[in-house]
Amino acid sequence: MAKRWVSFADDKQCMGRRRSRNVLLVLTLLCCVSCSMWLFWGSGSWGILEKLGGRDLRYPRKQILFDRFNISKYHLRSLALLISSLEQVNCFFCFLIMNGLEVLPIPGFPVGPTGPVQERFFKCMNKSIDDVKLSSSLLHTLAEINAEVDHNQGQENLIGSDIFFEGRCLMQIGCDGAAKSSLPDNIPEKIMRSSANMDAIFLKEICKMRMDSETLPYERELVNSSQDHHRVFSEMLFDMLPMLIVAVGFFSIGFAFGRFTKSSHKQFRQQQHYRQHSKGSGKWSKKLLFLGIIFGLSVALWIFVSMNATITERRKETLVNMCDERARMLQDQFNVSMNHVHALAILVSTFHHGKQPSTIDQQIFAEYTARTAFERPLMSGVAYALRVLHEEREQFEKKYGWKIKKMETEDQSLVKDDFNPEKLDPSPVQDEYAPVIFSQETVSHIVSIDMMSGKSNHLGVVLTFAVYNTSLPPNATPEERIRATVGYLGASFDVPSLVDKLLHQLASKQTIVVNLYDTTNVSAPIRMYGPDAAGAGEMYISGVDFGDPIRKHEMHCRFKHKPQLPWSAITMSVGVAVIVLLVGHIFHAALNRIEEVEDDYRIMSELKVQAEAADVAKSQFLATVSHEIRTPMNGVLGMLQMLMDTELDETQQDFAKTAQLSGKALIALINEVLDLAKIESGRLELEAVPFDPRDILDNVLSLFSDQSQAKGIEMAVYVSEQVPEILIGDPGRFRQIITNLVGNSVKFTEKGHIFVSVYHIEEVRNMEDDQCETLSGCQVVDKQKIWDNFTLLKSSTEGDNAINLIVTVEDTGVGIPQDAQSRIFTPFMQADSSTSRTYGGTGIGLSISKCLVDLMEGEIGFVSQSGIGSTFSFTAVFKEASKSSGDIKRHYTDSILSSFQGLRALVADGRCIRARIIKYHLQRLGILVDVVTKQQNAVQTIVDCCSTSGRSHIDMFLVDKDAWGERSGISFPRFLSESLRNGVVMHKELQPKMFLIATSLNPTEVYDLKLAGYVDSMLKPLRLSMIVACLQKALGMSQKRQPTKAKPMTLQSILRGKNILVVDDNLVNQKVAAGTLKKFGAIVTCADSGKEAIRRLQPPHNFDACFMDVQMPEMDGFEATQKVREMENTVNKLIESGDVSPEIYGNSRWHVPILAMTADVIQATHEHCLSKGMDDYVSKPFEEQQLYSAVAHFFESDTIDRIS
Amino acid sequence: MEIGKLQRRYLDFTSTLFHEGFLDNQFTQLQQLQDESSPEFVLEVVTLFFEDSEKLLDELSRTLDQQAVDFKKVDAHVHQLKGSSASIGAQRVKNVCVAFRNFCEEMNQEGCLRCLRQVRNEYFLVKNKLETLFALEQQIVAAGGSVPMMW
Repeated sequence: MAKRWVSFADDKQCMGRRRSRNVLLVLTLLCCVSCSMWLFWGSGSWGILEKLGGRDLRYPRKQILFDRFNISKYHLRSLALLISSLEQVNCFFCFLIMNGLEVLPIPGFPVGPTGPVQERFFKCMNKSIDDVKLSSSLLHTLAEINAEVDHNQGQENLIGSDIFFEGRCLMQIGCDGAAKSSLPDNIPEKIMRSSANMDAIFLKEICKMRMDSETLPYERELVNSSQDHHRVFSEMLFDMLPMLIVAVGFFSIGFAFGRFTKSSHKQFRQQQHYRQHSKGSGKWSKKLLFLGIIFGLSVALWIFVSMNATITERRKETLVNMCDERARMLQDQFNVSMNHVHALAILVSTFHHGKQPSTIDQQIFAEYTARTAFERPLMSGVAYALRVLHEEREQFEKKYGWKIKKMETEDQSLVKDDFNPEKLDPSPVQDEYAPVIFSQETVSHIVSIDMMSGKSNHLGVVLTFAVYNTSLPPNATPEERIRATVGYLGASFDVPSLVDKLLHQLASKQTIVVNLYDTTNVSAPIRMYGPDAAGAGEMYISGVDFGDPIRKHEMHCRFKHKPQLPWSAITMSVGVAVIVLLVGHIFHAALNRIEEVEDDYRIMSELKVQAEAADVAKSQFLATVSHEIRTPMNGVLGMLQMLMDTELDETQQDFAKTAQLSGKALIALINEVLDLAKIESGRLELEAVPFDPRDILDNVLSLFSDQSQAKGIEMAVYVSEQVPEILIGDPGRFRQIITNLVGNSVKFTEKGHIFVSVYHIEEVRNMEDDQCETLSGCQVVDKQKIWDNFTLLKSSTEGDNAINLIVTVEDTGVGIPQDAQSRIFTPFMQADSSTSRTYGGTGIGLSISKCLVDLMEGEIGFVSQSGIGSTFSFTAVFKEASKSSGDIKRHYTDSILSSFQGLRALVADGRCIRARIIKYHLQRLGILVDVVTKQQNAVQTIVDCCSTSGRSHIDMFLVDKDAWGERSGISFPRFLSESLRNGVVMHKELQPKMFLIATSLNPTEVYDLKLAGYVDSMLKPLRLSMIVACLQKALGMSQKRQPTKAKPMTLQSILRGKNILVVDDNLVNQKVAAGTLKKFGAIVTCADSGKEAIRRLQPPHNFDACFMDVQMPEMDGFEATQKVREMENTVNKLIESGDVSPEIYGNSRWHVPILAMTADVIQATHEHCLSKGMDDYVSKPFEEQQLYSAVAHFFESDTIDRIS
Repeated sequence: MEIGKLQRRYLDFTSTLFHEGFLDNQFTQLQQLQDESSPEFVLEVVTLFFEDSEKLLDELSRTLDQQAVDFKKVDAHVHQLKGSSASIGAQRVKNVCVAFRNFCEEMNQEGCLRCLRQVRNEYFLVKNKLETLFALEQQIVAAGGSVPMMW
């Protein structure tokens, strides 16, 4: 057991450790979760975004926009330049055209002879306007992007104003142009108007774009590519939230299910099964937990995979977007340049071919192209070649003064410094030639070279526009176009620089590698731009259309760097996995803990059951053993009694007596143990019969009177008047408690007094401090302290007729040491081990008393002080009996008591409490009592009543031996006679009978008091029986009912004249029994079988009692008794119901006392007899004392009944 | 003188009976029960005992001789014998009866038979003694004396 406890203690420590560990775990988990949350959202919103945000992206785009705008601006400027170069052209046309475009013809403008020129110009301008439009649309697109970029930054206004500002510039340019042409004042206004109009268009576009921007997720994503990871991450998180919830739910459901199954099993299964099941369901829920963890981990894995996929997807998308964007921009820019060239072609057509003579020569062309070179930033140069047919070659060569030269395939190069066109061979004969006549200065070396005559080895793009003579219908067929062709305008493109520039303008140029290929020949694509080294990762190809239907171009984009590890996905999934594992661990720990606790609980409850069973077994064992010991002990005691009745010499008598006393002590102890066992096993039930508490107290005092007298202790009992005469309760147990307490007091008190007082609880509640001294004058402890602890005193919980009594036993003994007081009610505990050596006893009495008091719904308490004494007090609840319930056994019949009715007594005592006790006893006899406390008053009262005969006659005078000090009582008569001597005549016959009350008297004192004039003395403790006997003797009352001391005589008196049936099959026994009973005067009838007994006991009969042998053939005594009782019950019922008048049966209620006769003391226990309907048992052969006690019990009460 | 001698003999004999354990206090009580109203009480009772006992002993030997002994019956008989012997105070008979009953409970036929022999022995012994006692009494009465009491 000790080991077990140790291990429990260890467990406890472990538990503490484990608990703190768990707390730590939970804290860690919380930290992890909050950190990761902070990381996901916090950094997503401002951390990384801030760093990588659109600022870097925004500016390049803005710049592109401005660049594009500038292009348009340059275009207009070039137009202005053109106009200024062509001095002879009326500027009005230009503006007219401009105005015409806006459908705002200026009134009064003469449409005159310059019509065709106007028309041509109109066309030219129209183209230009187209360019403007184109650039505006480009601007539009870029503005979209820009607006989108700036949308979040709230910088639209700024952009708007920027663009507006550029619009102003445009207008100003217009103004410049106007000023140069020295136009009338109203013209600039127009320009202003048109410019303003354009402004409006821009602004409108921007506004529109701003609105559109919100519906362009594609663009947004492009811009926000850097945010991708974070967005993916948070989206994933949101996607995952339900997953997490599901996972957690999974756990909890598993957990709860485990619990539930357990609890339900608990309810429905037996305990043995439960153990198995508890383990089974524990395993089950663990499996579920395991599944949950696996599920959680797979969720984490899934998160990783899907996030990774999304990231890759987005990366690819980004690549696609970037590639497409680049391709488109490249195309756009190319288109712009192409348009310029186209415009130039038209210009040439208009001014070179449309005019006679030509207004353009090499110088003008070179100058013009040089000055408009800014418009074609991507072209290294432009040249114009005339279409010359073979038949016209001579004429042409003559006209220009040089030969048409052939393009050299070997060494012709644009970049060669030592290139000399003069060295070139003349072109071979061909159908057609295309000699360059005009060229930009950058390519002036190619003048006179036939462009059709060969191929260059160098890679490049030459854009060639056909220049038609002016009369070409818009829907001309190719043949018509060929015929109308007059020359070719060529422009050489510098693709690498074009792409480079473009890429420079775009953000994230570092991140991707762009390659441009000519894929006309699919098997051998020509790389036009880009590094050799292939980029990493996958490639995206977007088509580029340079306006040439024959050739195909492609742009290949790929990322420069390998994709980064998807950190966000890794973090996320690892985080989830960690959370899952932590949660799993927590649940696992919880499950384990619960299992542990349940195991502990089960062990505990098993132990509890065992302990309880052991306790019950112990009590039962004690009860049984005690009972089994008691029965043979009765035999032993009976035999001892019989032995003592035989002739024994002194020594033998002494031995026998000692043996009997020891046997009685043993029986008493066994009874106590049996009581305790019964109480503990809960089998003790209290009776509820009417009893006289005063009688019981007298009884108890009688028990201890010898001891107290021997010790010289004053012992007294006082019962308050408030206590009813008859109560209903268990007199035996009530007596037992008081006996225990008084017994203890007697045991531990050597001098002083023992005082038992009984009060109604109401009295105590209202009781003021008692002014009286204590009984013996010795100091006692304050009993008020005990009462203070009683709840019954504090709350008045009295029922209808419940009587709460408070009994106090006060002594002046050795007291209980302070340290022992706490265990005083524990069984087998005495104050200390030396106590039992000195005083004997088992220490079981008080614990029994406590149990009994508890059963009586009372409380017990005590106060004790070493050297002063102890006071025990208990309360008990009884019921008040109705007066009519008269079948209570009392020692004295009312007739005896009534003989004292009306007598007067004077009690003189210096101590009021003593006087009060005497008064109490006398009042019980119906004697009127006066109390005087002073000796002088006593004398005076006696003298008074003696002198005045009649009214105030006093029949008796009682005085204590120590009424006014040691032995003062004995000398009182002398004091009285001395007083009387002073002339007062006293009638002898009127003088009250004087009684001395003493604790002990020695023979000389007895002699003395007789001499002094006392009639008799009473030895304390005062009891009713003793007082009655004493008074009867002194007052000469009738002795006839006085029971004699000799018991055989009593037996005789009881049995005389009684009709008794003796039933025994053994004739010898029958005869002996009959003889014995006859000897005591009974009229005996014999029956030799149970059947005969039944026949004889059929009511009505005149038997007063029946002695029945237990063991008889055919029908034993028990069976016969049962039969008899059945008969009696039938008759009683008949009488009760009135079917038969009681007169017929002569008795209103039949119950003949049947006593069992048995030789077998063990077999025929009292209980057994009672259970079979018998009233008592006598041992066979008859033992006088036992016979008396058994028989007297019935016949005495019978006598009382008859008298009453 | 004759009477005195007889009385002395009677007393001696009685005390021997008590001393040797043939009789016990119960017999004294029986004697006490004898008074004027029933002068032959002891004799009646003892005669009854003799008749009863002889019948029982016969019955017992018959029962025990049988092949299948009815121990219940034996026990009942022994109980009877024990009761009556206790009633008259034939202590040694009673004591043997106690042992007899124990053997009955054990269903020990041999023991029972041994006990039966013992009981028979004891019974005849006590019968002898009592008859002698009664003879003495009668002699005393015949001689005109009164039977002396031991108490």
